[in-house]
Amino acid sequence: MRDLPVDGDVSGNAAGPRRRDGETLPVVLDQVGYAARDAALIGDLSLTLEGADVTVLMGPNGAGKSLTLRLIAGLLKPTSGTIRWAGRETPLRHSVGLVFQRPVMLRRTVRANLDHALAAYGVPRGARAERIAHLLSLAQLEDRGERPARVLSAGEQQRLSMVRALAADPDLLLLDEPTASLDPQSTAIIEGLVHRAADAGVKTVLVTHQRGQARRMAGEVAFIHRGRLTEVTPARRFFDRPQSDAARAYMAGELLV
Amino acid sequence: MQDFGAAFAEAFRLIVSGDAALMEIVLLSLRVTFTAVFFACLIGLPLGAALAVGRFPGRGAITVFVNALMGLPPVVVGLVVYMMLSAAGPLGVLQLLYTPTAMVIAQTILVTPIVAALTRQVVADLNAEYDEYLRSLYLPRGRMMATLLWDARHSLLTAALAGLGRAFAEVGAVMIVGGNINHVTRVMTTAIALETSRGELALALGLGIILVVMSVTINAALMSVRHTAERHVHA
Ligand SMILES: Nc1ncnc2c1ncn2[C@@H]1O[C@H](COP(=O)(O)OP(=O)(O)OP(=O)(O)O)[C@@H](O)[C@H]1O
Ligand SMILES: [Mg+2]
Repeated sequence: MRDLPVDGDVSGNAAGPRRRDGETLPVVLDQVGYAARDAALIGDLSLTLEGADVTVLMGPNGAGKSLTLRLIAGLLKPTSGTIRWAGRETPLRHSVGLVFQRPVMLRRTVRANLDHALAAYGVPRGARAERIAHLLSLAQLEDRGERPARVLSAGEQQRLSMVRALAADPDLLLLDEPTASLDPQSTAIIEGLVHRAADAGVKTVLVTHQRGQARRMAGEVAFIHRGRLTEVTPARRFFDRPQSDAARAYMAGELLV
Repeated sequence: MQDFGAAFAEAFRLIVSGDAALMEIVLLSLRVTFTAVFFACLIGLPLGAALAVGRFPGRGAITVFVNALMGLPPVVVGLVVYMMLSAAGPLGVLQLLYTPTAMVIAQTILVTPIVAALTRQVVADLNAEYDEYLRSLYLPRGRMMATLLWDARHSLLTAALAGLGRAFAEVGAVMIVGGNINHVTRVMTTAIALETSRGELALALGLGIILVVMSVTINAALMSVRHTAERHVHA
């Protein structure tokens, strides 16, 4: 898929490509709606994800950012409208990497968490140890391998969850506030991994409330308010002046209701 | 009072000297109960996990049924197994009535619902946390269940211990299907019932003491496992 030296390969997968370009991207959301118990949580959301830059998804708490990521990951089915992954009705297996807002850590060691994921991705047993070592070093968790994952600090858990998602060698990476509550160093590690992924051709959707991070990372900004996209704007223009009232108010630090 | 004192002294002597009759009964109890709990786990763990995460028709009905079975009176289980295994019953040809195997069958029936119901609860709770992650890994349902069972291992051990506690203390079912035959099917609870009724308090007391010590040990193990499990959950 992506012809890179092992060093630049974020997945640590030296064995080579499993998918070809264009099998997952573009992801096209067409008038997507999601309702639960009669409450319309997402409405009329149209968005195309392609290329290898970062789409930053911003919006106030409860706007529907996490729900949107779940829809894009194929974990939730829209109740109206359609989503297509390179024209398909479901994403290819393991083509979408997801880092949850609250990281899900199996009740096992850090190493066993990675091993479990690699097994699910179909990496043969004999090849896993080397991959795990590579992933641990990407996350800078080399000395944490034998600890129970659930005793890691929040930042360490997010780093683990990040490389665990990258280990699938995804085409699309969905990151739900991966650096909320992280210190500058952990944040830098995660941002570095996102840049590396982008260099390797991975498309990323990043949810963040950190404006500095949005500026550093964004190729384009999608702003969501009350379940609706108010704009999708190239980053430079967005940070110059958001196009929608909701985004302008949010960026100015005003309370949005 | 004099008699009770003597009975206690004799009971301790039997325990300390490792009295053959007493040891035979204790060992048979252990064998029957551990075998029954082993089979109950073999059935109850996958059944509970399937009820927690499986999607098949009748899942709700089976869950209600299994939960109801948890409260089954042991004598009723004994009666049903007796009727199945008696000469006139459908499994009469196997000639299992009044054997340790019959007792294992009865206790397995008693313990399986406990293991299955507790497993279902524990796995369902864990799955609420794991579901989206495991789905994003595209794990087949069997591997998903295996992941959940393994990660719930501490809590599941308490399910097995709870089953062990019930099987050890139970007297009605093993009495009916085992018949309390000396050297063959006499276990601690049935021996205590018999010896007490015969006024042989020493052996009854000796067995009673051992039974209490074992229940306390099981409960202590249960609490310590629960404690470890909680530490893992909140870690
Ligand atoms: N399964 C559900 N059933 C009902 N309502 C839900 C469900 N999931 C989410 N919601 C509601 O949908 C809205 C959007 O939730 P979502 O988690 O997407 O917000 P968010 O934009 O990620 O917010 P935050 O910045 O706080 O993470 C919220 O009001 C939430 O309560
Ligand atoms: Mg969210």
